[in-house]
Amino acid sequence: MRQDDLYINKIDWISILIYAALVIIGWFNIYAAVFDEQNAKSIFDLSINSGQQLLRICAGVIFILLIMVADYRLYDNLSMILYVFFMILLIATPFIGKEVNGQILTVGIGSVRIQPSEFAKFATALALAKFMERPSFDLSQMKYQLQALTIIMIPVILIMLQPDTGTAMVYFAFFIMLYREGMPQRYYVLALTFIAISLLALGIENNLYLVFGISAIVLLLIFLGKKKISRIISFAVIGVLLIGYVYSLDYAVSKLPQHQQNRIMVLFNPDLDPLGVGWNVTQSKIAIGSGGFVGKGYLEGTQTKFDFVPEQHTDFIFCTLGEEFGWLGSLVVITLFCTLLIRLVFLAERQKTRFSRVYGYCVISILFFHFMVNIAMTIGLFPVIGIPLPFFSYGGSSLWAFTILLFIFIKLDSHRIQMLGRMN
Amino acid sequence: MNEQRPITIIVVIILIGIVLLTKLFMIQVADDSFLKRAERNAVQRLVDHPYRGLVYDRTGKIMVYNNPIFDLMVIPKEFNVKDTTRFCEIFNIEKEELIEKYTAARKYSSVKPSILIPQVSTTEFAKIQDYLIDYPGLFVTTRAVRSYPQASAANTLGYIGEISGRQLERDTTNYYRQGDFVGLSGLEGFYEKELRGVKGVKYKMVNVRGIDKGSFKDGDYDTASVAGRNLTSTIDLELQQYGEKLMAGKVGSVVAIEPKTGEILAMISAPTYDPNLLAGSKFGSNFGVLNKDETKPLFNRPIMAMYPPGSIFKIVQSLIGLQMGVLTPNTTYACNRSLVACHNHPSPVNLFGAIRNSCNPYYHQAYRAMINREVSSNTFKDTEIGLDLWRDKVLQFGLGGSLGIDMSGESKGSIPSSSYYDRIYGSGRWKYSTIYSLSIGQGEMMVTPLQMANLAAIFANKGYYYTPHLIKAIDGDNTKINKDYRTRREVGVDAHHFDLIQDAMAEAIYGTAARAAMPDITLAGKTGTAQNPQGEDHSVFIAFAPKEDPKIAIAVYVENAGWGGRAAASTASLMIEKYIKREVARLDLEDYVLIGKFM
Repeated sequence: MRQDDLYINKIDWISILIYAALVIIGWFNIYAAVFDEQNAKSIFDLSINSGQQLLRICAGVIFILLIMVADYRLYDNLSMILYVFFMILLIATPFIGKEVNGQILTVGIGSVRIQPSEFAKFATALALAKFMERPSFDLSQMKYQLQALTIIMIPVILIMLQPDTGTAMVYFAFFIMLYREGMPQRYYVLALTFIAISLLALGIENNLYLVFGISAIVLLLIFLGKKKISRIISFAVIGVLLIGYVYSLDYAVSKLPQHQQNRIMVLFNPDLDPLGVGWNVTQSKIAIGSGGFVGKGYLEGTQTKFDFVPEQHTDFIFCTLGEEFGWLGSLVVITLFCTLLIRLVFLAERQKTRFSRVYGYCVISILFFHFMVNIAMTIGLFPVIGIPLPFFSYGGSSLWAFTILLFIFIKLDSHRIQMLGRMN
Repeated sequence: MNEQRPITIIVVIILIGIVLLTKLFMIQVADDSFLKRAERNAVQRLVDHPYRGLVYDRTGKIMVYNNPIFDLMVIPKEFNVKDTTRFCEIFNIEKEELIEKYTAARKYSSVKPSILIPQVSTTEFAKIQDYLIDYPGLFVTTRAVRSYPQASAANTLGYIGEISGRQLERDTTNYYRQGDFVGLSGLEGFYEKELRGVKGVKYKMVNVRGIDKGSFKDGDYDTASVAGRNLTSTIDLELQQYGEKLMAGKVGSVVAIEPKTGEILAMISAPTYDPNLLAGSKFGSNFGVLNKDETKPLFNRPIMAMYPPGSIFKIVQSLIGLQMGVLTPNTTYACNRSLVACHNHPSPVNLFGAIRNSCNPYYHQAYRAMINREVSSNTFKDTEIGLDLWRDKVLQFGLGGSLGIDMSGESKGSIPSSSYYDRIYGSGRWKYSTIYSLSIGQGEMMVTPLQMANLAAIFANKGYYYTPHLIKAIDGDNTKINKDYRTRREVGVDAHHFDLIQDAMAEAIYGTAARAAMPDITLAGKTGTAQNPQGEDHSVFIAFAPKEDPKIAIAVYVENAGWGGRAAASTASLMIEKYIKREVARLDLEDYVLIGKFM
């Protein structure tokens, strides 16, 4: 009993408060997104999304209580079992799941359906934590890098098969955690260069400019650094490879399925096809942009309410906030997210075991990726990939998955002293 | 090395937060184009078209009104009929037609309304009104179409039609939009600003499928339409219709004016047409037919047609001569037919006799005396000066220029000036012998029937007139009409000179237009013949009555009807009887006018 007293006192209430605030704001926004003045229903009405979401929030609270009362050692011990279970579920989904819009994403019995790809996130996080907990695990060695990559790539491949590219992309967020755990920096430099050149190659019409730019930078690096033959050769090779990449990218893009091609091109020019592929982004920007500084007022939004923005209560829920609460509302929510993320970095850093630190960074990675990509896509900074805004978006699976993900970490954090004892 | 990395991660988180907030600031605060686009998205501007003003005649009878036309609309998504047979019975529609219309509507849009049954009549509408509630997805919209219950005075009232591109360009007030209806001719055109009213605007919110989601900001920005102003015409509808009946089958004009006010009591253009032909959706097909008609029913003869005034102009000559002092009641001239042809009558004649007998040589000689005043020893120069001085006096009578009736398209007529002859013959190369036919109202002189009727009013008034007009009150207020129509205009001839003229005109009736004489009303009139080089001459007659206290002045033109007395005088006489007594007793004369073929 003394131990229980101890961990309750160690629970990080700041994170929980921010979580609660985001869930409640999200819930009000879901109501606003479906509100119809001519057919006004209570926010609690179970026939509309806000009432349904309330049920899911309540279920989420039950999950939280279960997580908090369970033995903290359970997560450590069950991690690999959970991982294997969800990987099997992912494999099984196409066979036992229900098809919606050409994708088979959910499994379940009757009306209770869950999306295994959402839950696989925390299972993968636990598995990574378990795997990297071993004292010998060193990310500077290729062997261990490959092991970590394997754990990540299994769910990625399985989810890609569903196919759900957006959710699969989320798993690459674990590289943020790997970065903290010592993954060599050069990978990130390379990856960022790669991404930057990809964006430039897609964004700039004439590839020649880009070729000149790359050549200039490579030459500059060669002449500024030491004039060693091997160094000059390696830079030259990289330069040639990059130029080759620029030219192959256009070809690669043309080989993508049409809807993915469109999503990429619309990012650079949403007016390309404002009524077609650009519709989502254009309408979402109009909704958010029309909010002004303080917004139109709660339930006063026209763009979201009158269905101009598609998927307004799920992936595009941020539009409702932007339209009705304006820039101030956006400021509050973005600040809440950033504060939560930074708070979680502090919590992760104060962990005494590598297991809970790795897990903590997994939580940060996933939440950060969702937060960044979701909002960026609603304002046209990122291609539209259908991933939800954590705690906000309508839907049971995502809310529960994020809640479980976060609260396992809060639970672990509250036991950080005992965990140290156990390790010793 | 790894100790720096948590800091890097925190910095990246904050950076991303700042990037998102900056971009949000750019689109939410710094750029207001999104707000406009949002309004364009969700706010629909609906124009509330006002009711066009009505037109009444001088006795309060309606001449033009807006006839509501009901269209039965259907929203396919909400429409649901269980018993089709019963539905078809109530709404008086064939089952096949219903299915066809419904399918077409469904194809167009399942959520937007389409017309199911167009132009339901008022009686039918009353019948189906109670059943509408049983059928969701059905409702009725109203349109207004101009309607003319008497089918009379078509050219006077004019017509409305869709605004043309040129008119839209000229509209500097930016009031009109493509597809608006405007008055194009007649009173509809001239009083367009009064009749059109003020458009209202309703802002409605719509969702992405265009479905009505209520008013925008509780209707704070909405404005109600203001109905157009009602006009009271000077026309006496009964007289107008009677005139149209008399003129049926003839070509010509009748203009009747109340002399004391300049109010036009009747204005008949024959042949005419049923104004309802040009109302609403029928405009397109009927306009072309009317426009191509050889009898030119759209040609508004009373104000557009021009004829030489003929003998009637001798009265103007007499008055100018009297005022100039060239003539006195006792001035006599011989009927010297070597100067100009005349008909048999005693000779010589004094002024009274000259008017009564319409003596051509008399005016040939009198006009020479008016023109050649010997102000210059050069007879060419003298004629030139004399003509221009004389012309100024003629213009005072409202001739040679537009009177300014409240209708567009009025012809000016023409009274030639010295420069006119200079252009034809060269300066200093013409003299009285060139222009003498003006003395008897022939030659290069043109007047409109309206100007002619105005002359009759001047003779009745003994020297003044009010500009003839068709509208006496706007919204029942007669001070709202143009001041020009309430301004008395003098013709510059003293009133006492008119006594002799009026007496002679009363006498003349028994000379040249005996048929027109009435037993109990003293009629003063003058026949004329407008020469027509193309065929038989036009019959002209002007008159006013009663002579003692004139209530009506009238001019009648019947084209190709020969000498004035037969057709025009009888028509004028009947019109005067109708106006003063409200009933026509001389049915034999009426028959004579109706049966007589003067075409």
